[in-house]
Amino acid sequence: MFAQQIVNAISLGSVYALFALGFTLVFGILGVINLSHGGIFMVGAYAALLLLTRFEIPFWAALPLAMLAAGLLGLAIDLLILKQLRKRGAPHLMPMIATIGAAILMTSLSQGLFGSETRRFPLDLFDQESFSWGPVTIPVLQAGITALSVLLMLLMVWVLKRTRIGQALRAVAESPKAASLLGIPVERLFHLTSFVAAALGGAAGILIGLSFDAISPFMGQPMLHKGIAAIILGGLGDVRGAVLGGLFLGAAEVFAVTVLSSEYRDALSFGLLFLVLLWRPQGLFGASATRSA
Amino acid sequence: MRTFLTSALLALSGFCCLSVASAGDIRIGLAEALTGPASQYGVPIRNGFLLAQEELNAKGGINGNRIVLVEEDERGKKEEAINVYKKLIYQDKVLMIFGPTLSNSMFAAGPIAEAAHVVAFGTSNTASGITDIGPYVFRSSPMEADVVPVTLKAAIKRLGLHKVGIIYGNDDAFTKSGYDVFRQALEAQHIRVVDTETYSKGDVDFKAQLTKLKAEAPDAIVCPCLAEEGANILIQARALGITVPFIGGNGFNTPKLLENAKTAAEGTIVGSPWFDGNPSPENQRFIAAYRKKFGSDPNQFSAQGYDALFIVAEALRKIHLTGQLAQDRQALRDALPAIQYAGATGRFAFRPAPLHNGKPGGYDADQTPFVYIVKNGKFALLK
Repeated sequence: MFAQQIVNAISLGSVYALFALGFTLVFGILGVINLSHGGIFMVGAYAALLLLTRFEIPFWAALPLAMLAAGLLGLAIDLLILKQLRKRGAPHLMPMIATIGAAILMTSLSQGLFGSETRRFPLDLFDQESFSWGPVTIPVLQAGITALSVLLMLLMVWVLKRTRIGQALRAVAESPKAASLLGIPVERLFHLTSFVAAALGGAAGILIGLSFDAISPFMGQPMLHKGIAAIILGGLGDVRGAVLGGLFLGAAEVFAVTVLSSEYRDALSFGLLFLVLLWRPQGLFGASATRSA
Repeated sequence: MRTFLTSALLALSGFCCLSVASAGDIRIGLAEALTGPASQYGVPIRNGFLLAQEELNAKGGINGNRIVLVEEDERGKKEEAINVYKKLIYQDKVLMIFGPTLSNSMFAAGPIAEAAHVVAFGTSNTASGITDIGPYVFRSSPMEADVVPVTLKAAIKRLGLHKVGIIYGNDDAFTKSGYDVFRQALEAQHIRVVDTETYSKGDVDFKAQLTKLKAEAPDAIVCPCLAEEGANILIQARALGITVPFIGGNGFNTPKLLENAKTAAEGTIVGSPWFDGNPSPENQRFIAAYRKKFGSDPNQFSAQGYDALFIVAEALRKIHLTGQLAQDRQALRDALPAIQYAGATGRFAFRPAPLHNGKPGGYDADQTPFVYIVKNGKFALLK
């Protein structure tokens, strides 16, 4: 049973990690907590659902198309909301409030368009199989999600550390003003970041929709809470931190259920989170306790 | 011109007074969750009411008076339910109110109607204690406490249960109340509970809890959950190699469960006040008419809404509406308890709620539930 719980912890944690990836990216580069990330996550799932069921597009094509749709939505939010606030030099709490509004709008719209009941991708899309290894069962899809979130994390780390665009992004994260003086097209990088982060959020929505029966207009909200916890734990704005934070949160929850009782799951897992933050207030990977953004 | 206007006004006023006396509208409030997560219950309920309204009015309404439903969206929230109730009672001046959708909301809004001496009629509230609010509170939905023992008895007979595991959501009034009812019923029927697991609203991954349940090797898993979580729980349980059947509460009573859980739902046992396969002509007529009007299959909630309007129509036929609102509201309240009706959900009667702190309560549903088992992807009657 213990081995199975470790597998459960990794699979739950990678779901959180995948969501936290795009979320933390926006904070790292734009210095903004984008609370519409949960909404984008949900729209990504619905976009894929529509493409698959209404337009009957095969999954390998639907995944990138839905990611594109989510990415464009993220770009639109940047252009219509975040950019306007940046231009006016709004204090940093403003984008948070504005993106809450965007999230509410998205939830209400999808509720009107698709209804409020929970939907799922067609079950025959993938084998709902699992492979057994001794006493441990691992659903194939879950293993895929874990692999994908690790892969995406490595890709993001590589882009940020090893490419010129990553260099420029890191410069923007350090100080948009200085970066712009150096001739880095800061606005364009902001747009790019919003697009990529939203595409990642959309991908998370699709993958979670695939492995759980969970596509609903409200799917973003609980995930947002866990996502915030994961990125704070990992260190705000750090890509590795988001993934580790997600995995830690998943492990803490499963651990709480296994050792104590599911009754105390949230109390114990968030208590653990609190202890970690007492020890490292900047989070596992955070560079400093404060970050001027 | 002026004389024309005066005479027109006079004629109008004459018409109006005449219409109150003979042919007028009977305004009835309908407060359901039409948006928000609870709208998956509220919308089918509203549809059931709309169908009943159409059928009643097509046959001349109540003694020539049309029934007009004044719809309000209470969004499945307590605060909204209170606001909507106040609006319907004091502003729209309705005769009575149907809804709200969730038990939680009825606990909040019911007292408003009680204080105003207006009938509050729930068609989907199954929590215990709803009718303790007072003698103006009615419901046509059998309590979980009535349905669960029947379900459990049938399940024990079928499966030879000795020990069960339980999983439920502990942060929701509906699932929590379902859990309490199951626990009591299990105790009363001497079934051992080997493990109890909980989850929170919005969870999608239940594997940690299910792994623990599996280790205790129960004969069945009791799941007083909503269908959304229920489908996920079923699918993940099967993926983890749990093969024992599930026993569900009222939340499992929806085709949605089968649609989403597919083969994982096989063998699941559920009790319900409505059965789509019930061959009674009232039920089959209802199903056909609903499909024709809305293009989708009805569920238990639409059937209960549909029947509820006919139940009230029966009471309205028995009283004489005077146009004096307070008097008419009281007359309706006094006529309702004696109404018996056979509709889409089968034979129905009211049963007075037991005294609560020495005070009389409202009226609960007196109805025998059906027990189903999921067989080949369909609900079949468990015999």
